Order: sequence, then C-alpha cells, then structure tokens
Amino acid sequence: MSGKILLRGGRVLDPSQKLDDVRDVYLVDGQVATIGERLTPGDDAHVIDCDRLVVTPGLIDVHVHLREPGEEHKETITTGARAAAAGGFTAVCAMPNTDPPVDDPAAVGFVVSEGRRAGAARVYPVGCISVGRRGERLALIGEMVEAGAVAVTDDGSPVMDSGLMRLALEYSLAFGIPVADHPEDLGLSGRGHMNEGLVSTRLGLPGKPNAAEDTHIMRDLLLAELTGGRIHLQHVSTALGVEMIRQAKARGVRVSAEATPHHLILTDEAVEGYRTEAKMNPPLRSVADVAAVRAGLADGTLDVVATDHAPHHYDEKEAAFTDAPNGVVGLETSLALMLTRLVGEGVIDLPTLVDRMSCQPARVFGLLGGTLAPGGVADVTVFDPEAEWTVDPKAFRSKSRNTPFGGWTVKGQARCTIVGGRVVFER
Amino acid sequence: MSADRIAVMDETAVRRAIARMAREIVEKSGGSPTLALMGIQRRGVQIAALLREEIERAEGLRVATGTIDITLYRDDLEAIGPRPVIGETVLPPGGVDDRVTVLVDDVQFTGRTARAAMNELMDWGRPARILLCVLVDRGGRELPIQPDIVGRHVEVLSGQQSVEVMVPELDGRLGVDLVYSRPEVA
Amino acid sequence: MNQMTSPLGKDLVGLERLSGQQIRAILDTAEPFKEISERRIKKVPVLRGKTIVNLFFEASTRTRVSFEFAEKRLSADTVNIAAASSSVSKGETLVDTARNLEAMRIDMVVMRHGSSGAARFLADRIPSNVINAGDGWHEHPTQGLLDMLTIRDHMGRLDGLKVCIVGDIRHSRVARSNIYGLLKMGAEVAVCGPQTLLPQGIGDLGVHVLSRVEDAIQWADVLNVLRLQLERMQAGYVPSLREYNRIWGVSTARLERAPRDLLILHPGPMNRGVEIDSDVADGPHSVILNQVTNGVAVRMAVLYLLAGGQPEKAEAAKQGGEA
Repeated sequence: MSGKILLRGGRVLDPSQKLDDVRDVYLVDGQVATIGERLTPGDDAHVIDCDRLVVTPGLIDVHVHLREPGEEHKETITTGARAAAAGGFTAVCAMPNTDPPVDDPAAVGFVVSEGRRAGAARVYPVGCISVGRRGERLALIGEMVEAGAVAVTDDGSPVMDSGLMRLALEYSLAFGIPVADHPEDLGLSGRGHMNEGLVSTRLGLPGKPNAAEDTHIMRDLLLAELTGGRIHLQHVSTALGVEMIRQAKARGVRVSAEATPHHLILTDEAVEGYRTEAKMNPPLRSVADVAAVRAGLADGTLDVVATDHAPHHYDEKEAAFTDAPNGVVGLETSLALMLTRLVGEGVIDLPTLVDRMSCQPARVFGLLGGTLAPGGVADVTVFDPEAEWTVDPKAFRSKSRNTPFGGWTVKGQARCTIVGGRVVFER
Repeated sequence: MSADRIAVMDETAVRRAIARMAREIVEKSGGSPTLALMGIQRRGVQIAALLREEIERAEGLRVATGTIDITLYRDDLEAIGPRPVIGETVLPPGGVDDRVTVLVDDVQFTGRTARAAMNELMDWGRPARILLCVLVDRGGRELPIQPDIVGRHVEVLSGQQSVEVMVPELDGRLGVDLVYSRPEVA
Repeated sequence: MNQMTSPLGKDLVGLERLSGQQIRAILDTAEPFKEISERRIKKVPVLRGKTIVNLFFEASTRTRVSFEFAEKRLSADTVNIAAASSSVSKGETLVDTARNLEAMRIDMVVMRHGSSGAARFLADRIPSNVINAGDGWHEHPTQGLLDMLTIRDHMGRLDGLKVCIVGDIRHSRVARSNIYGLLKMGAEVAVCGPQTLLPQGIGDLGVHVLSRVEDAIQWADVLNVLRLQLERMQAGYVPSLREYNRIWGVSTARLERAPRDLLILHPGPMNRGVEIDSDVADGPHSVILNQVTNGVAVRMAVLYLLAGGQPEKAEAAKQGGEA
C-alpha cells in the first residue's frame, strides 16, 4: 500500500510547522508530498476521508518495554509494535532490560530486524549503558549505535555508580545520543513498594520517598552539567524533580525529561485496596506531585509524554502487593488519557499535546518523523478527538492487561496509523 | 390499648397463675431442698423471680435461682444472623448438679428454646431432674417437648397472632396480650 | 443488604474500616464468651458443622493457638495449615491457595501472611468469611480488639484514655490496629520510639508522636509495649538491643517516676530486657496474661459475629428461598 495516500479534509495539526487548519495531506512513496486545500490525488491514490478527524505527525513513545527476548509471555516485539500502532504510535523506543539485556550490537540488530518484521510501528532499540545492566562498566555503546541504537539506558534500574554515569555521559557525546536514566537511589527506595506517605503508612506497605528520585535527578543534572553530555530523565514523578530540571534547563544543561500518563493522572490513592495494577516504579505520588508534573509538561520542562509501557502476565499481578511486579501497560490508552484528562481538563492544549507526543520525542531521541513537512517521512497519526470509548483491557492488542485504567470512559481514539506511507492500523 | 392487641391476662390473672404454678413446682419437685429455678433470657428471668418470691413466701423455702441465655445453642444462626447482645448465663450458687432444676420461660411455642436450654444446662452439669415451666403455652410445637407446668393455654391463629408477655422491669406492667400481626404490605 | 444479619460484613480484614459501633459490638459480645472458658465443659455448639481453616504463612504459635481454642470452644471443625508443610512452600501462589480453599467449601479462613494486603486479597476472592490474623505490617485486628477489651476491663472505659504505643511502629500491624481501634473508641493515642521505627505520616493518622519513653510515661494512662524484633537491629534501624533497652526500654525505674499508675500491655512474645524489663512484665500493673485470656474471648466473638454473616443466605431464609 505504500503508494499514494490522500488524507482528505482533516484538521491537520503540526506544531513543527505551526500548522493547525483543515487541509489535505498527500503522501507519496513513503514521504509527505504536499499539504494543501482540495488536493487532486492521482487516480491510483488511496483516499482516506478525515472529516472531523485530527491529522498529526506520527506519535512516538520513547519508553516502552517489549519484553523480547526472554519474556515473550508478557509481550513480543511484534505484539508490542501492533499495540503501539493501535494506540496511534508510529514509533516506539524499546528498553534494553530484556533477558538477556540488549547490551551488544547483535542484540540491537535482533530488535531492529524483529521490529521490521512486525510491520507495525517502528521499533527503535535502546541499548544498555553498562554490560549486563550490572552498573560496572560501559557496554559497547559505539557499536550499538552503529547497529541502530538511538539511546542508552539501564532502565529498570538506575546507574548507582556516579562515576560510571559520568563516563557514560562523556562517552556518548561522540555519538550524539542521549543517556537515559531511571533516577532512583536504591539505598533510599530499595525495599519500597509504593510512594512513601500517609497511604503507605496506612496500608502498612514499605514506601519509597520522593527523595530517592530527587537525589538521582540532582546527581544526573550535575553530571550533565559537568560533562556537557545529554541526560534524558525517565518518568519524572516528583515536584522537586520537575523544579530541579526547570532550573537546570535555565542554566543551559542539556537535559530532556519524560512524564508518563499515569504520573500525570493518578496519585498514590490509586493503590488503595492493594491494587497491583497501580504498582509501578517510580510509584504514583501525591496530589502536589501530580500538579507539578502537569505544570512541567505544560511549560516544556518535561519534554515528552512516554508511557513506560511495562507488560506483565496477569498471574504475576494477581498476587499480594509486595509480591507483584512493577509496571503498567500504556500504549493503547496513552493518547485517549492525555486527550481526556490533560487536554480535556485544560492543562495543555491540543497542539502542545502533539508537540509532547510527536515533535519532542523525535527531537530528543533524533528519530525520523515528528513533522509533516513535505519531504519528511510519511509517519502520520489520524485520530478522532470526539470518539468516546471504555477501556477494556481484554481488547488490548498487547499481550498484557495490567492497567489501572480498565473501565474508564475516555474520549479520543486513533483511527489510522501510517508508517512510512503504509497504513499499519485502521479502525 | 390499641385495637390490634387483646389482653389475655391482666396483672391479677398473672399473679394468680404464678401462685398456682409455684405450688405445682413445689409439689412436682417433692419439696426438694435442692430446687433451683433457671429463668430463660429475657422474660423467663422475670417470671422465675416472681415464682421464687411466691415459693419463698408461701412455702418458706429458700429457692436458688439462675439465668440461662440460649443464644449460642440456637439452631437458626444462619437464618436470623448473630445477635450481638448475648445475655448472661448465671448458675445458681452450687451449680445444677444433682438438683431439681426448673427451666422457666414466658411463652412456649415451637419447643426449640426449651431444647436449646436443656442442651445448655447439660453442658453446665448433670441436674437430677429438669422441669419445664411456662407462663403461656401457645401451642405450635415443632419438637416433642411439653411443659410440666403451665400458667395458661392460649389459642393462637398461626401466622396472624402472637402472644406477648409484659413484665414490669422491661415493659412497665405485668400482663399477657394477644397481638394481631399485620399482613406485610408488599 | 441487611446489616442485621452480619454486624461486621463478610470479613474482618482490619479495624480501619469498622465503625466505633461495630467495634463496641465485638467487645460487648466478647464479654459473655469470657465466661465460656471458665466452664467445666468449655464448649458451646454455636459453630457446630462449620469448617474453619487456620492458614498460617508465618509462624505464630500464640495467635494460632488462641484462634484454635476459640474455634473449638464454639464447636467448629478446624484444620491448621502451616506454610512450611503446605504447598505454599512449593511455589503455590496466594490465588491458587484461595481457589483451593473455595473448592473445598471452607466456611471460614483465618489467615496470617507476611504481605500487607494479603487478607484483603483473599477476602475479595473467596465466598468464605476471612479473618485477618495479621498481614504484613498492615493490621492484626483481633490483637487490637483484645488489647482494647483488656484496657476496658481494667480502666472501665476507652473514651478519653491516653494510650501510648511504644516501640517499632513502622513494621507493626499491632500498632496500626490499635491506632485505628482506639481512636474510633474515643481514646487519645500516642506513639513512641526511635524515629527510624516511626513511619512517615503517622501523625496524620491523628496520633501524638513522642520520641522519648520518659515523655510517654509522663503522658499516658496505658502503655502498649511492642516487641522489638531482632531483624530490626540487623537491618540497622537501631544500633543495638542494649542501647534500645537503655533508651526506650520500659523499666521499673522509669515507671516509678510516672505521675499515675500505668497499665502495661504487651502483645507478646516478649523480649525481656529489651523493650520491657522482667519486673515490669511480671509486676502488678502488667495485664499481659489477661490479654492472652481475652484473646480467646475476642476471637470467639468475631467468629460468632461473622458466622451468621452470609447475608444472601439469611435473606433467602427470611424470604422463603427468594433472592
């Protein structure tokens, strides 16, 4: 199908071109050819009526766990890429905490080829910072970048050794990739299972204080400042963390940061009743933290929305809270939740949302897309901003159903996902 | 008095019945010096107290009394649910072993209360003999247990009427009423 | 649903969600049950034919024996399952355990588990009544109840009393159940211990926070002294048991400076010479053995109140098989 596609009469929203108007978008041979009014397509063009729909540069999720290799019962690269496409994403960045971890060029190559084979959303590999994610010595970062890695991280775990983190930031400078960190001081949070506060005290669950995240955010900012390297802070969840990033950006530190839909919407009250679907790392925090993360996303302190899509098999979550693994799936709910709760509640406007879910992710990780400028790759998301639906985890394309949003009624749904000029999902 | 209740016995009638029942207890127990009265919670306790006064007054006998609460011996826990208030079981001084023990209740109906009370009494000890004494026998037995001493037999239309015994401590007066139960309005 | 059929609902998971009225109902119901344990035949037939499983994932002789006595004195049929000898140690998950219990048509399950929330987890998944015999650091409701019953026995009331819980509050389910219960019954509650053993936000539960045991003794009418587990020292929460005893131990010397006679409780088992000195534990103000006696009565009351607590069944019986 990668011939010609005309997206007719949609609200074309491309913050990269400051464009927000009803237009036709013409895709030819995998590229954006023209954007204009009442375009006349070639006879062989596939015309998609986009009346009352929004047409945006393809959404990109820079933080997903696809579990392959090693935990294919939770997710595979194929099911993950399809879930992404169904959620309106044209590209995802796969975290390397698989089994074995993606810490060498061969493993990176495996992710690249499996991603191509899936033929859904693009799958970009992210490599490990350290060999085996053990936090001891640098992995083959240069060779992994050559093989297709777009960033490095030991996500799932922080880099506890500040000296190693400094080396990673310095060494990565040569390759122009960000070093992504899961900021958490394990000494402070190691035994915790949820946010430390009144709820954890009431439930009798060991908590993780904000300070566990804040100390590492501060450290990473200082190291980025020291080295001139590019730090990308993953799933920022604390008010002070947001503020420290804001100040660092003002000083010119090369930092980018993520907010997840769950940290933008839920507080630790969601854990009430020992709901393991609300167990993730970093944990859901306080009302004040949610407000700060929202403000950070609105003013651009937090550059991107990323889901931290973390599939787990149902029987692993069907356990006592302290026995259940961390993580929630997000690919198939992210767009709708952001539209319903962030745009719907007036925290950000629609162009800002598209910026945080498409333009900024492409910029931060140096990926294709993030724009509909003619000549660019034809990665496009078409969604219906008014479609109301109820989140039914059983209907997910993902292999896993671990979401705290099951049963929520949300507004906004992907209608068509186009990757490289090819329709990979249509609803 | 409202139209849906009819007095069956007034205070005088109850006291007359108590006096007769007291005599029968003494006769049936053969004037036993080991006689003990066990009032079944709640109104059986008051009836037992009246009987004791009467026996002590008329016969000059000292009568030991106790109370028995059958809540934990009922057979309908799941049907009615637990009653958070469980009355006290208090044995007469010296217990019930080898004594002529009279179970006293206000009304006898199905016989299930008497069954439960006997079972409980047996857990407490081994009475020489158990007598069952009730102020009103309203019929409607579900178990083959008959009272030995009865104040009055009252004919009751099953499902439409019930018998209520009033005692001064709980109800402000002494008497027995026949109460018409209203059909449930759907 | 008709609350009359089951004053407590299906389960007893904790005291946090009970009302003061429900707690009072349990304590009042426990009174007549005390007396059953004094009888020659220490048994009433109220739970005849009910099957109860005591499922203990953590070792606890005291609580298990107390529950077992309570069950047997109510004529229930009981089975004890200890984690060490069960399929649990062979990797069976809690949800499988729950399904197996359900398949065996158990009427009631008494569970002790190391994970906070485990009792709630089980209660949500099986139709049987579930009684929490301690879940992680969360709650130990029958201990909270028996502590309150013991205090009420000796002080005549709970309302307006000052009760201080001394020791490892952070890891203590006993502390949480005491706090929830006592506050609902109108008592003033304080906690006292090294800050390392006090959880974040504890003050927001409505309790006073005292850092020195001398202050606790000045303030309180009742001290509930918690066991300091050896593991806490190994994990570094306190530098040594000796130091803990010197600074937070409840000793006669300290109690002599109290402005009034204090009632001393301890949920057991005691570390004599650590959190409590022997002469205090065995002294005139200690009601530690009364707690043990009351434990059986309180558990009988809870079992009794929950036993009729199958509202569907009760409703059906009343409505002649409908519903």
